[in-house]
Amino acid sequence: MTDLSHRPVLPQSQRPRLLEMAGISKVFNGSITALDGMNLTLNEGDFLSLLGPSGCGKSTALRLIAGLMRPTTGRIIWNGAQDRGDIGVVFQEPTLMPWATVAKNVWLPFRLRGQSFASVKDRIATALKLVGLENFHDAYPRELSGGMKMRVSIARAFVTNPRLILMDEPFAALDEITRQKLNDDLLALKDKIGCTVIFVTHSVFESVFLSDRIVVMAARPGRVVQELTVDAPYPRDMEFRTSPDYAAQTHVVSDALRIAIGDHSHDAH
Amino acid sequence: MTPTDPAFDADEARRARNRRIEAVARWALPLAVVILTIIVWNWFSNSSATRGMIFPAPPKVWARFLADYGMLFTSLMVTLKITFMALAIAIIGGVALAILFTQSRFAELIFFPYAVILQVTPIVSIAPLIFIYVQDPLARVLICAWIVAFFPILSNTTLGLKSTDSNLRDLYAIYGATWWQKLLFLQLPSAMPYFLGGLRIAGGLALIGAIVAEYVAGISGSGSGLAFRILEASYRLNYPRMFAALIMIAIVGVIIFAATTFISWFFLRKWHESALRREV
Ligand SMILES: Nc1ncnc2c1ncn2[C@@H]1O[C@H](COP(=O)(O)OP(=O)(O)OP(=O)(O)O)[C@@H](O)[C@H]1O
Ligand SMILES: [Mg+2]
Repeated sequence: MTDLSHRPVLPQSQRPRLLEMAGISKVFNGSITALDGMNLTLNEGDFLSLLGPSGCGKSTALRLIAGLMRPTTGRIIWNGAQDRGDIGVVFQEPTLMPWATVAKNVWLPFRLRGQSFASVKDRIATALKLVGLENFHDAYPRELSGGMKMRVSIARAFVTNPRLILMDEPFAALDEITRQKLNDDLLALKDKIGCTVIFVTHSVFESVFLSDRIVVMAARPGRVVQELTVDAPYPRDMEFRTSPDYAAQTHVVSDALRIAIGDHSHDAH
Repeated sequence: MTPTDPAFDADEARRARNRRIEAVARWALPLAVVILTIIVWNWFSNSSATRGMIFPAPPKVWARFLADYGMLFTSLMVTLKITFMALAIAIIGGVALAILFTQSRFAELIFFPYAVILQVTPIVSIAPLIFIYVQDPLARVLICAWIVAFFPILSNTTLGLKSTDSNLRDLYAIYGATWWQKLLFLQLPSAMPYFLGGLRIAGGLALIGAIVAEYVAGISGSGSGLAFRILEASYRLNYPRMFAALIMIAIVGVIIFAATTFISWFFLRKWHESALRREV
């Protein structure tokens, strides 16, 4: 298989369930409540953003879903069997291995499943082409710009064609221009592959542009305060970014976030 | 290009000039220092007859070296053999122990104090004991050299294995990497720069350990390495031969340092900051 297969994305109301977080709490050291009773249903094809202030448990939620730690209470129920390679991850830092070339970095998920480089060369090439790095197979990470490194990281997350991709503030450290470009490319990529994405961000604008569902969270203790849907159809582009609809949606989300942070000054009148 | 070239400003011109000067100075300066040292040494030795006896002039040392070439070279081989065997065992033992330490916190708590004690106790004070307990002439010298050389490998490699990127560790866990895959594809490459730094120190220390062990073994002791030749020559008041052997040891030390530096550069040249040249 040289092409990354496409999963059909259905309208929101008809999407089959991918996983459910049921009453998830996570308490660190017996005292820090990072998450308190989080309920969330994720459906196949969703682009879901977790939006909230620092310390509201966004990363904790991702780490629980990734299976890196266990919840204190509650359960995460996957629909269907869970296989390694079902999850792709992109962190805030590109997290590449500096001693390996771009292609070898993207090979990692396959390599850990015991697949030789030669046997997946075509898939790696396809993934790198999708992120626009077809000419950088043999470059080392240090030779790339911040944005390009992030593209490698994204290619690595997508290359196994996983059911779910977790992204923890992937573009937060990038400049605005690179960030917008990567937002566009990420949507194009998701459209091509049809996977499910959970995207953590601090940016209202980014979350509205990218997602069809936004979960607004609050801190101390970390919890979900509101769930919103962004109804604008995909593909979204520059036109959407400058549309009144986009402005209206960001306004709604901003208000929700302000309430989550606990700033009620706008409610007074 | 000339400094008036608009694409070549004064700053760049100065930098280019500095680069040219450095390229020459890199070789010329050390060479000049060596030549100057020989001239001063020669002058000093010839300044009085008695001085020349105990501080032989370079031509005398050179003549002695040519005369004793066969014997000195055989001794050099003995010292080199011990040095490299000790270094090899230090690498294997140091890396293996470092891997053990990073896999088990308890192993580290149990064994690390011993490693430190071996390191901080001067080898000359342990060596006599080793010579009592170990009879085999090669083994006793080897043990001394190994004790001196292995600690930098152990401590550097341990540090390196522990300094893997935590996000990469998470990534490996998410992809279900086995213990072996994590060690081979993640921890060992991360530890490489640290290990190579330890190797550069250990190379020189292995030589020192070998020489010291030979000294402690003394004239009655094992083998006939270069240190043994120096001791023997000192008993026979053969000062030129002492100098010849001493200089050989120094040159071997420099070659070991150069070789380990090259190895380090070779393995890191593609990706590690330490091996990359920045043109600023
Ligand atoms: N391993 C841990 N041990 C102890 N406390 C932790 C741990 N991980 C997270 N916390 C705490 O749990 C809370 C939630 O952390 P989390 O990293 O999930 O927040 P976040 O929403 O991702 O914040 P940010 O936007 O700053 O990344 C914080 O108060 C944090 O200090
Ligand atoms: Mg976080």
